[in-house]
Amino acid sequence: MIVVVLPAHLRSLAGIKGDVQLEIEGAVTRHSILDALEARYPMLRGTIRDHVAQERRPLLRFFACGEDVTHEPADAPLPAAIADGSEPFYIIGAIAGG
Amino acid sequence: MSNVRVLVGTRKGAFILTSDGKREKWDVSGPHFAGWELYHVKGSPVDPNRIYASQTSGWFGQIIQRSDDGGKTWFQPGTPAGESVTTPEGMPKGESNKFVYDTSPETGKPLTTHQFYDGTPKPWEFKRVWHLEPSLNDPDVVYAGVEDAALFRSADGGQTWQELPGLRGHGTGSQWQPGAGGMCLHSVILDPKSDRIFVAISAAGAFRSDDAGKTWKPINKGLHSQYIPDPNAEVGHCVHHIAMHPANSNVLFMQKHWDVMRSDDAGESWHEVSGNLPTDFGFVIDVHAHEPETVYVVPIKSDGEHYPPEGKLRVYRSKSGGNEWEPLTNGLPQSDCYVNVLRDAMAVDSLDSCGIYFGTTGGQVYASPDAGNTWAPIVRDLPAVLSVEVQTLQ
Repeated sequence: MIVVVLPAHLRSLAGIKGDVQLEIEGAVTRHSILDALEARYPMLRGTIRDHVAQERRPLLRFFACGEDVTHEPADAPLPAAIADGSEPFYIIGAIAGG
Repeated sequence: MSNVRVLVGTRKGAFILTSDGKREKWDVSGPHFAGWELYHVKGSPVDPNRIYASQTSGWFGQIIQRSDDGGKTWFQPGTPAGESVTTPEGMPKGESNKFVYDTSPETGKPLTTHQFYDGTPKPWEFKRVWHLEPSLNDPDVVYAGVEDAALFRSADGGQTWQELPGLRGHGTGSQWQPGAGGMCLHSVILDPKSDRIFVAISAAGAFRSDDAGKTWKPINKGLHSQYIPDPNAEVGHCVHHIAMHPANSNVLFMQKHWDVMRSDDAGESWHEVSGNLPTDFGFVIDVHAHEPETVYVVPIKSDGEHYPPEGKLRVYRSKSGGNEWEPLTNGLPQSDCYVNVLRDAMAVDSLDSCGIYFGTTGGQVYASPDAGNTWAPIVRDLPAVLSVEVQTLQ
C-alpha cells in the first residue's frame, strides 16, 4: 500500500481527510502513483500535472525518503520504502506568496 | 416577495450574500473553496439554482465548480470520484477543468503565437478562466473567457469545454498582447435577441460575432489609445470592461484603460462619453436594469494609482447615456479610501427599485437598493473582491 501526502488545497478539493493510500500493481514510480491517484480522484486530474503535456505544474515538487525526486524521470523506480508504504510519497506546493 | 442573491468571488474563496427585497439585512455564507482564487461566480438566468464558479490557483491550475441548489452544495462536473475516467471504448470521459485550445486543421487558422509584452511571439498557454457567462436559454450551456485569451463553450453543464476557435483565428490574434493582468478574455455579453456575442480582451480590444461565436471581427473603430504605437489601431486597445442593456443590444458602453466610450451601432464605431468625470480611468461599467441610458462607473485615479481620486470612493451615474455624470457618495467613504474596484466587480439586480452592487479590493461589498442614491456595506472584511454578480429570485 502506497501512502501519498497531498497539499491541503488538493485534499480539500478531493474531499480527502488525512493521507491517501493507494494499491499499485507493477513498478512504483512517480508516473504510476499519479496515474493511480488521478484514477481514484478524477477531480485531481490537471491539478498536479498538465492535462495535455502531462508535465508537472511548476510550483509543485515531489519528495521520497527525504530526497527531492522532482527532476528524476517519471518512470524511475522509487525507493523500496515508498513501494512498501513505510515512507510516504510527498507532493508539496512551493511556499511562494499567498 | 423577491429575494436577491449576491455571488462574490474573492482572492481566497467565494461568498454568497442573500437578502429579501428590502436589501437591508443580509445572510453571509462562505468561504466556499476557502483559500482558492474565485475569479467569477455566475448563475444561470434560466435556472437560478444552477451556478457556475471559476476556482483557480497558481499552484494547482483551473477548476470549474457547479451548484444545482443555489450554492448550498458544489461539485465538479465530469467524472465522479470512484468511476473510471475512461469509457469502455477507452476514450477519456469529461473533465470539467480541461481547457485545450483548438489546433485542428479543420478550423482553418490554428494560431501558434500571440505577442508578449515586449512584442516577441509567445505560444498560447492556458492559465485560468476569468469569466463564466451562462446561456440565456439553456442552463447546460455556458461560455468561459480565459487567459491566454480565448472563448470556450460547454454544452453539457461544464463537464467538457470546446474552444470557439474563430475568435483567435479570425486574423488579428498574432498581434494581441497582454495587459498588466495578463492576456485575458474578461467580458462576454450574449444578445437576448440574436446570435450575437460580444467579448473584450485585455489588451486586444472588443470583438463581435453575429453567428453564435463561429466567426468574429474586431470592433474597435473610434477607440484612441495614446499608449500604443498606433493610437487608432484595429486591435491593441486595453478594454477593461463592456456593458449592454438587454433591451437595446445595439448600444454598448465601455470602460477602457483610459476613456469611457459608447457605441450606438453594436460596436461598429465608438465615441467618448467621459464628459465631466474626475478621471476616465477605471475598470467597472454597468447599466441600470430598467433604464438603458443610466450607466454607472467607478473612476480610478490613474493607471499607476489604482484607487479613487482624493481618497473618496464615488460611483458616478449618468442618466443620459454618458457625458453628464453625477457623483454618488451617500454611504460611501469620502476620506482615506484607497481601494480598487475590479472589472467584474459590479452588478445590478432587477427589482423594481434597481439595486447596484460592487466589491472592492479592500474586501467591502457595497449595496444600493435605490439605484445608487444611498449605499451601505453588506460586508466589510472579505478578502480582495474579484467579482460580483447578482441573482434576482422570485
